[in-house]
Amino acid sequence: MDKLWLIPTFPLLGFLLLTLAPLTVGTLPRKLSGLIGAGSIGLAALTTLYVGNDFLNSGEQSFQQVLWQWFQTGSLQVGFGLHLDALSLVMLSVITGVGFLIHVYSTGFMFDDPSFARFMSYMNLFVAAMVMLVLADNLALLFLGWEGVGLCSYLLIGFWYTDPHNGYCARKAFVVTRVGDTAMAIGLFLLFQEVGTLHINEIIAISGSQWSSGDSTITLIAFLLLGGAVGKSAQLPLQTWLPDAMAGPTPISALIHAATMVTAGVYLIARTHPLFILAPDALMAVAIIGAATLLVAGFTALTQTDIKRILAYSTVSQIGYMFLALGVGAWSGGIFHLMTHAFFKALLFLGAGTIIMSLHHEHNIFKMGGMRKKLPLAFICFMVGSAALVALPLTSGYYSKHDIMLYAWALPGAGPWLWGVALLGALLTATYTFRLVFVVFFGPVSSDHAEATEAKSISMALPLLVLCALALSGGYWALHLDSVLPASEHPHVPALVNGLTNAVPFVGIAIAYLYFGSRQLSVERLMSLPMAKNLHQFWYSGWGMDQLYNGLLVKPWVLIAQINRSDIIDHFYNVLALINRLVHELISKTQNGNLRWYASSLAMGAVLLLGFGLWS
Amino acid sequence: MNGIPIEHGILLAAILFSLGFVGVLTRRNIIFVLMSLEIMLNAAGLAFVVASARWQQADGQIMFLMILTLAAAEVAVGLSLIIQFYKRYQSLDMDQLSKLGG
Repeated sequence: MDKLWLIPTFPLLGFLLLTLAPLTVGTLPRKLSGLIGAGSIGLAALTTLYVGNDFLNSGEQSFQQVLWQWFQTGSLQVGFGLHLDALSLVMLSVITGVGFLIHVYSTGFMFDDPSFARFMSYMNLFVAAMVMLVLADNLALLFLGWEGVGLCSYLLIGFWYTDPHNGYCARKAFVVTRVGDTAMAIGLFLLFQEVGTLHINEIIAISGSQWSSGDSTITLIAFLLLGGAVGKSAQLPLQTWLPDAMAGPTPISALIHAATMVTAGVYLIARTHPLFILAPDALMAVAIIGAATLLVAGFTALTQTDIKRILAYSTVSQIGYMFLALGVGAWSGGIFHLMTHAFFKALLFLGAGTIIMSLHHEHNIFKMGGMRKKLPLAFICFMVGSAALVALPLTSGYYSKHDIMLYAWALPGAGPWLWGVALLGALLTATYTFRLVFVVFFGPVSSDHAEATEAKSISMALPLLVLCALALSGGYWALHLDSVLPASEHPHVPALVNGLTNAVPFVGIAIAYLYFGSRQLSVERLMSLPMAKNLHQFWYSGWGMDQLYNGLLVKPWVLIAQINRSDIIDHFYNVLALINRLVHELISKTQNGNLRWYASSLAMGAVLLLGFGLWS
Repeated sequence: MNGIPIEHGILLAAILFSLGFVGVLTRRNIIFVLMSLEIMLNAAGLAFVVASARWQQADGQIMFLMILTLAAAEVAVGLSLIIQFYKRYQSLDMDQLSKLGG
């Protein structure tokens, strides 16, 4: 178990090697870059396997490893300490395991890119930061990883930086998540002020005696932490950055914006769950934010035409389910859904990457069609991934999502309402997912891409097949998180609720089939209804959130900046400088270099002084 | 010794000083400026001598001797500078020396 420190070290070494080698020995061969990039994550994954096996066999609840003191100032001591328990082990496995598969896929997908080595080095840095985030035993170190993954997300969204739009998307992602991070930082300050430590275990130990349930301070802290989670996990109202983050290369969307980084918010809430349990209001807010987000994102996904944006909104919506799970007390269920979601959403994104690559960067699903026979591998991936995403029975997504919905029903008070929202969300999920499947893979072959052939390489196919297997079977792995997260009894729900929860995905698929598969119902007829067009436009724009923020925040700010273009306060100092300059010029006039002038001014001065002496 | 009142001596020194000073201010030829400076120095020396005679003290006389040496040294330096100046500018016009203006 004492090899734990190796897990973040391997990716970091990979990053350093890939970054420093071109500076010292010149550009590395592509194959070597790929080997270093994927190999470092492979080693980290193997170490995780080894350490995890050790940990599970030891039967201990947690394992601590303090590497060194990071900094100390006043009463604040921050150690570079790692903390392994069941929760961080699940996260570690997802990050290194799925991360490794995506790295292998990238060596095929990005091989011809001019900046292949830079891509791999950023990916490695990301994994190192994410592992730090998950393993940190104190909130300061967690925040380091938290900002590290934010930086890598920024770098990778803007990876193709020659297109200004990509740079814009990267900045948007960075700035919007920064809003949440600011709230989180304030939350950490407040926490330190209250309990005098940032060590997670100590905080949890103190919190029970420090605050009574519902105390206003702890509620404020929980809300501030929730702010950070909402920003990172792209929940309402900070979800606007994730769809634009799709400007980055597709493996990035799979790794950062589906499987790992965006679930960091879920991890944060799970990690600090005792604080949230002490603040029922904040916990309720988690559930409501999750429910609202999954609905809003579901409706938006229904109208998108860009394949990656559909998947992005789907990710937002699925993270909404995780928030809902945490909010209603299905702690293990939320983490379970995080894991299965990482499997099937990574699969869907990588499959989408294959489609996009095969069709020469085509993103519009309505320009695809009939790709079932042309892209068989992508078809298999999408069938498996979609089945898991809509939670068809026996797939991994079924076990996690079904659980969440039953727990939601069982919540006293608002339970049935939340369940209803989740049910509607599940219907939407099924509809938009199979809309995508039917439009892309069925129907007549589109004339734009009649001669498309599947981009096949072993390094891309293998991870897809492994992820297929994981997406199907991931649900059978029972997670034993009871040692970390509060256990709750499996809810007993009426048979009707259970049946409805099971049946809804099929209804969604049927709707999608009628509209986009058999086309017995016409989308055009639906669109000709009054209101439908406006509603479609409203959903298509992501419920107008971008326009709202533009009008509410960006435009006024730009206006102020324009008014103040020649800095108003600067004028005062400009006048000061002008006076100085005038006086200087006046005095320098007297220094004309003329000896006679100096002599006469000397005499005048003497006369004046004498006169002054005589008179007074 | 008491024949000449002190006022006359001081007045003569003042007139000499003013003449010298006017010469410094108005002359363009640098040699004449140097000569005017000498006149001013001698005016100061005369004032010392007159004062020393009035109070019957030797200090003023000694001061005059010092001024005399100083004037000799000054003329030596001044004349060599003037020679350099003439070599460089082929002229003795003092107004040409205004390069140090600010």
